Order: sequence, then structure tokens, then C-alpha cells
Amino acid sequence: MDKNNIAIPLTKKDFVSDQEVRWCPGCGDYAILSQVQKVFPQLGIPKENFLVVSGIGCSSRFPYYMDTYGFHSVHGRAPALASGAKLSNPELSVWMVTGDGDAMAIGGNHFIHILRRNLDINILMFNNRIYGLTKGQYSPTTELGKRTKSSPHGTVDYPFNPPQLALGAAGTFIARGIDREQKHLQELMKAAHAHKGTSFVEIYQNCVIFNDGVFSSLTDKMEKQNNVLVLEQGKPMVFGKDRNKGLCLVGSKLKVVTIGDKYNLSDVLVHDETNKIKGLLLSELTYEDGFPTPIGILYREDKSSYEEMMMEQIDNAKLQKGKGKLDKLFHEGHTWEVK
Amino acid sequence: MNDVDRSSQQRENLEVVTIRFAGDSGDGMQLTGTQFSDNTAIVGNDLSTFPDYPSEIRAPLGTLAGVSSFQIQFSSLDIHTPGDKLDVLVAMNPAAMKVHLKDLKDHGILLINTAGFSKKNLKLAGWKENPLEDKSLNNYRLIKVDMAQLVTDATGNLGLSPKIIKRSINMFALGFLYWLYDRNIDSTIKFLKSKFAKKLDVIESNTRALKAGYNYGETLEIIKTSYRIPKAKFKKGTYRNIMGNQAITFGLLAASEKAGLELFYGGYPITPASDILHYLASYKNFGVKTFQAEDEIAGVVSSIGAAYAGSFAVTATSGPGMALKTEALTLAVSAEIPMVIVNVQRGGPSTGLPTKTEQSDLYQAMFGRNGETPIAVVSASTPTHCFEAAYEASRIALEHMIPVILLTDGFLGNGSEPWLIPKYDELPAINHHQTTDAENFLPLSHDEKTLARPWGIPGTPGMEHRIGGLEKTEGSGNVNYEAENHQYMTELRQKKVDIIADNIPNAVPLGEESGDLLVLGWGSTYGAIRTAVKKCISNGQKVSHVHLMHLNPFPKNLKTLLKGFKNILIPEVNSGQLNTIIRAKFLVNSEGFNIIQGRPLTVHEIFDKIQEVVKG
Repeated sequence: MDKNNIAIPLTKKDFVSDQEVRWCPGCGDYAILSQVQKVFPQLGIPKENFLVVSGIGCSSRFPYYMDTYGFHSVHGRAPALASGAKLSNPELSVWMVTGDGDAMAIGGNHFIHILRRNLDINILMFNNRIYGLTKGQYSPTTELGKRTKSSPHGTVDYPFNPPQLALGAAGTFIARGIDREQKHLQELMKAAHAHKGTSFVEIYQNCVIFNDGVFSSLTDKMEKQNNVLVLEQGKPMVFGKDRNKGLCLVGSKLKVVTIGDKYNLSDVLVHDETNKIKGLLLSELTYEDGFPTPIGILYREDKSSYEEMMMEQIDNAKLQKGKGKLDKLFHEGHTWEVK
Repeated sequence: MNDVDRSSQQRENLEVVTIRFAGDSGDGMQLTGTQFSDNTAIVGNDLSTFPDYPSEIRAPLGTLAGVSSFQIQFSSLDIHTPGDKLDVLVAMNPAAMKVHLKDLKDHGILLINTAGFSKKNLKLAGWKENPLEDKSLNNYRLIKVDMAQLVTDATGNLGLSPKIIKRSINMFALGFLYWLYDRNIDSTIKFLKSKFAKKLDVIESNTRALKAGYNYGETLEIIKTSYRIPKAKFKKGTYRNIMGNQAITFGLLAASEKAGLELFYGGYPITPASDILHYLASYKNFGVKTFQAEDEIAGVVSSIGAAYAGSFAVTATSGPGMALKTEALTLAVSAEIPMVIVNVQRGGPSTGLPTKTEQSDLYQAMFGRNGETPIAVVSASTPTHCFEAAYEASRIALEHMIPVILLTDGFLGNGSEPWLIPKYDELPAINHHQTTDAENFLPLSHDEKTLARPWGIPGTPGMEHRIGGLEKTEGSGNVNYEAENHQYMTELRQKKVDIIADNIPNAVPLGEESGDLLVLGWGSTYGAIRTAVKKCISNGQKVSHVHLMHLNPFPKNLKTLLKGFKNILIPEVNSGQLNTIIRAKFLVNSEGFNIIQGRPLTVHEIFDKIQEVVKG
């Protein structure tokens, strides 16, 4: 815990474990793993203070590949395990890796409650909109009507909209990245770390086997600029190959406009990550045709974390009552002596 | 007080008395009983209590289902149960009388609040004729009092609301019982003042009702005698009254302090275990961290996380919650996580009988998991023994680096008795396996004596390692799917539990180590079995009693003990779970005695059964 102990600066190598990585060749998870291994040494945290926790699923094999403390837990329950560890030792930098099935289906309850409590934990949710480890069933984020192994006639399940779910659960840091956008992803991870509270980073990730190309319109070199809106704090929401498209607010709805025609740059909405209404509007675009997909920090809010308030209560109790003495506690209330 | 001249009064000494307060669940019977218990402790009697209430907070008024009761046995002797038959039954309405009258002794005192005996209430209880007005109660010493009227009279000049007056009626009954047993009412007045603080009208109304009840005793024709139960002969020391659930928290807290670890509790509210969370949440100045999770699963998983990070972690629940925790428990076994899981058992299956007691989760504790997942099981036998059992469960968890299930039940959790307060310094030491020795650290290596793995906690330089629920390699802890390795690890997990037997005391029988009959018990049947067996022994019968605290593994001498008796009787509040396990493990012809009615076994039932078995 003493930062002075770090004589040699940490590098990516320090975070690569000796375990063989067993994701499918071409899986988007490799890129994300690599970004995390690059970012961790840059955070100024002693290596031993990192804890990587996961649930179950392809993404949840992640801790085995990180040379940190790691816990591969129960399907859907990683938020609970991460919470317990963080409360036990608030000094730890806790990272939780999960997937769309793990976090949104079996672990949906824990997901909303960790956000509500705002523990200082960073959640990386790899969203490939499919179940990979069980070989190709639809997930809670699969688009309506999609044919999968368990929906041969197309799904009749409306999908969750993860950022919106996170907003509804009172999340205080809601961001989205893409496995292929590596530099951008690194910046998001650093921002997630800097945020004191639960940080939720949804990462669009390609499953080469069961859902290949699901985000190709967002990653294809020719197409992506027209389909991705990179959010930057204080900057207008401009996108497009020619940087001539923008989002405007018309009434209470967003509209895509072309700059230079009827609209100029000053008409375009300026991103303010602390504005919840804007965050909500941006989150609406998750499955919306005709709109770009926003990536970056959709919403951010500062408020006390659960563990801060918990420790404050404990400190106050110790101040007011004095540090607990068992012999005294045992004798509280009526006692009598037998001689 | 007592400002009544009692010189004209006769007093008689008694050894042991059992009374029960019964009324609607809104009549304040639990509070009345608790007050009487506290007062009994002050007098220096031994005591044992049994609160029994419906699961509805305010069940329909006047109905049989809505009856709430509180039973206490108190004595100048060493007693182990809340008593079988009642010397006094207080019934606040017809339903309460209907439910409980069968337990009242012949010539027992039946104190009736006639105000509760309206036509409507009689009908709700299923009485066509008013039993107070015919001769059907002639077998009892019936005291009919319009408590509502007397309390109204006593508070007449205060101008209080009828609601406040109505809620004071239970104090009248309490006051009368204080008179009957020659008590001082000051402890309750002090309690009222502190509970209602600034609500002076409530304090006054309750106090006057209490005194009215006390004074009423003076005027009675039917009972000219009040009773005194001399002090019990206790071992030397300082005592307090304690409930099982509170004793659990003291045991856990003492273990955490002894081990030098912070106590973490993750849990979800459930009857009858919630008090454990309530008590622990109030120990903040001990650094106790309580986490009210979103569900039972998060309760146990957060505890696993906290244990991994270095806390002494605990969760508590009751049967249905235990079922939800099952998968996480298998992770705790697989990852060798030290923690305690308390199951305050209640009647099942499903929601079952939430407020009633049962011992029906033993199979669940022993076997109720996927895969081969052995877990150590410890059980508590009395409310005060909950302290010792919690301390022991904690010790095993920390010394062996494994999860331990601690079984108690609703009867133990809510019941109370005098507790000889231990001195913290005299409690046995508890070791744990946290280490900072990075050079020799192998995450899944095992200590020879305890088979504990080293507890390398996050934040310690040089010991970074991964752990989880996939099958592992001993030593490195790395994932391993090899066939022989799985058999090796499966056997290792079993050995981790078995080896505990080297580290626990032998079972000590009451009575001889051989004879005609061994009565074998576990959990809250202790008091009833012990009392029944003592009676048999004093009658010259060759009957002994062994009560198991360690259920997995069993004490090493159990086999020898079992083989020493012609007959083995196993009374349980289930349909024979320990009996099945004992028969399977030791190939003995043991017999079960099983009452599954959501209530504790009585001394009579066990005594009669023993006679039946011994006489063949």
C-alpha cells in the first residue's frame, strides 16, 4: 500500500499472467485484455492493490489472464463479490469484468443494486449481444427478432438498453466503448478509475463465432465515422466522415442534422456529461435506426460512495462510544452477580 | 412500590413455575413476556423462555391464527426448557384460550380478560356458548377480570385517548403476575420510562395499568396466596439474560476480536434470523461492517468477497434463504473460503412456518448442494450455547480455511435464559492463516495438520493469485480439468472436513457410557432430552444422553458410544434426519422420535417415549 515501495515503474508485462489465454482466435476480448493490461500500470496503484473479479461467461475468464489478485466467481454474482471485497478493504482498486448475459440476465438484480449503492468499483461489461460460452443463444441485449440457436424464428424478447438501465439504477458513471477503438477504450478506463463511485463501461465486443459482425457498422473503416458519435465533454455532438453531421434537440427529441444546410454548428448540442437529461437522450440511441451510436462518457455524477459513508459511520461510532470492548458489551443491560 | 401492605398475605415457596401469556398479536404479549423474563432474571431464578407468534405482523383480530404467546419457566433449580404444562395461563381473548387451554394443568390459574370475550370474539374462536359462563372451566382456578374497565378506571382522571388505554391493558396482566409471584415492579417502570421517553401520557397509562393489576391481586378471594420462587443456585459469576440470536452475535464478534480480524456480515432480512443483522449493525464501534444485500445470494457472495479480501465473514439466514445460497456455498468450498453461515431453522418446506421452530434443515446442511461439496456443520443446543457454538464455528472456519454451517432454530434464536458472562481473556485463542510470506506462498498448498490453505489477501505484495470455482491444481491453484486431478481434489475437499475431527472434543454423555438406552440429540431438543434423561437416571434406569454440537464431522468417540447401548433413541423436530445419517454411517439400529408441529419437544413426550423403548 506504500507507493514508495514501487522502485521500478510497472509495465504491461507486470499484468500478464502465466496462463494461456483461451478465447477463440479473433475474439474481441483479446483487444480489451490488452488495453486493461496497458492501463493498469499507468494508474499509479501498487500492483498488489488491484483486484479483478468476474462472474461466469467468456468474458469472465478475464481474471485468470491478469497477474493481479483475481476471483472468478458465480454466474451473475460478481457485483456482490466485488462489493464484499471493496467493503472489506476500501484501499483496493476493484475491477469487475462481466458480459451481457452475466450482468443483464442472471445478475440483473446485483447489477442495478451495485449502481444504486455507488461503491467505488469499475465495471467493464463486454456486450456481444449473444451467449458465447453456452454456444449461441440470444441474450438480454440481442436485438428483437434475431435468429439464434434458441430463437430459430427470431426473438420475441425486447432487449435491455444497458446505459439506460444503468441510468435508471442511479448509476454515477455510464460510458460506452468499442473493442476495436483501443485508444478510446484506454481513456474510458482511466476515467472510470478516476471516478469515485461505480463506473459502468459497456464495451461493444465482437463474438467471431456466434455473432460475428454484429457491430461491423461501428467498426468498419469506411462506415464507422458515419455511425459512431464520439462524445467529448464540452464539444458539440458532431460526427460523419466529413464532420458535417450533428445532433440537435427538436422539442424533446434528438434529430440528426447536416451542418451548413439549415443548421450551423451552434445549433448542435454540446455534450455535457453531467447533464442527466442529455445522458438519457443519448442512451435512447442504443437501438435507434437513423442515429449514430454514441461512445464515450454518456453521464457522470459526483456523490459519496457507499464505503465512504459506511466508514464514516464506523469512525463516528468509535469516536462517540469509544472503541468497542467486548467485556463491556457483554455486561450491557441488567446483570447480576452470583457469589 | 411495593406500597401495598403484604403483611396479611400468605406466601408459599415453589420450586418451579411455568406461565404463558396469550392474546392477539397486537395485544403486546411478547413485550409482556419479555418484561416478566427480565424481572425473573433480577430475582435470580433460572429461566427459559419460548416466544411463539404468527408470521403476520397484525393477524386478523380475535382469530385462532392471530394468537401470539410467550411462555416462561422459572425455577430455583437448574432448568433446561420453557416447561411443558402451564401453572398459569393468561388469555386476553377467547382465541388465546382456545389455542392454549389444553396445556394448562388441572387446578392451574386461568387469568381471563373478560373484555376480550365479546360475542364476536367467541364466535371467531369457535365457541357457541361462552365457556366463562358454564361449568366447563371448573377444573381450573378461573379469574375473570374486565381488565379494560379496570385500566380505564385507573386512568380515568387523566383524559387519555382510548387507544392509549387499550394498549396498556397488557400491563394489567403483567402487574397481576408480579403480585402473584411476589415481585417488585420497578424494573418495568424503569423500562417504560426509557422506552417511551417523552410520551408522558403513555408512561402514566402503562404504569397505572401495571399498578392496578398488582393491586388487584390483593383483593382476590380465589387466590389468597402469592408465591415465591427462591433464587436458583447458579455457578459463581456475573449473569445476564440473553436470547439465542444475540448470543450468536456475541460469539461471532468475540471470535473476530480473538482472531484479530474485522467482522463482515452480508445478509438479507429473513425471519427468524434478522435479529442477528440488527445486533451486528449496532456494533459499529467494534468496526463491524454489516451489508444489507439485495437478496440472499448477494448476502453470501458479498461475504465470500469480504473473506477473500481478509475479513472474518459471516452470513445468516433461515431455510429458504439457505436454499438460495447453495450455489455460492459450493464456491466457498471450492475456493476454500473461511466463513460462517448461520441457519436459524424454521418450519418448511417453502415459506412453511416462518415463525415456528423446526430442525428440518440438517439434510440440507449436510448434503444439499450440487457436486461433492462437504461442509462442516456445528449446532447450538440452547440460547446461551449459541455463544459457544458461534465461537466454535468461527474457530473451525478460520483454523481450517473452510466454510462452516452453524445450525440453530427459531426456538433458540428467540428463546432466552440466564448466561454466565464469560471473560474475554479466558476464551480460547483462534488462529488464522493470513500470511505475508510471498516467497513461500503457494495459493492452494495445504497445511498438514489442518489442511488449511494460506490466506493471501489482496493488498499483500508478491502474492497475486487467481481463484474461483473451476477445478484447481493443488499448490498453484491453476485451473485443471484432468481426470485424476479431479478425483484427488474431490477427496481432498472431503479430507478437509474429516480432519476437523482431530481438533474437536469427544462427546461426553450424561450418565454411563453403556446401558439400556442412549438418547442422542442435536440442537434445541437439548433441554427436553436432558430433563427427561435426568429423571430416568434418578429413577435408576440405565439411560444416558449424548448431545451433539459437531454434526460434520462427528466426534471421534461417537461410534464407541453408540455401540455401548442396547437401544438408541433419536428425538428430533423433523422426520428423522440425524437418525438416517447415524444409521447410514454407523450401521446401528437407532430409532427416531419425531414430532413435527412447529414447536419444541416436551419433557413428557420424551420421557414417555424412553419408557416405551426401555420396556420394549
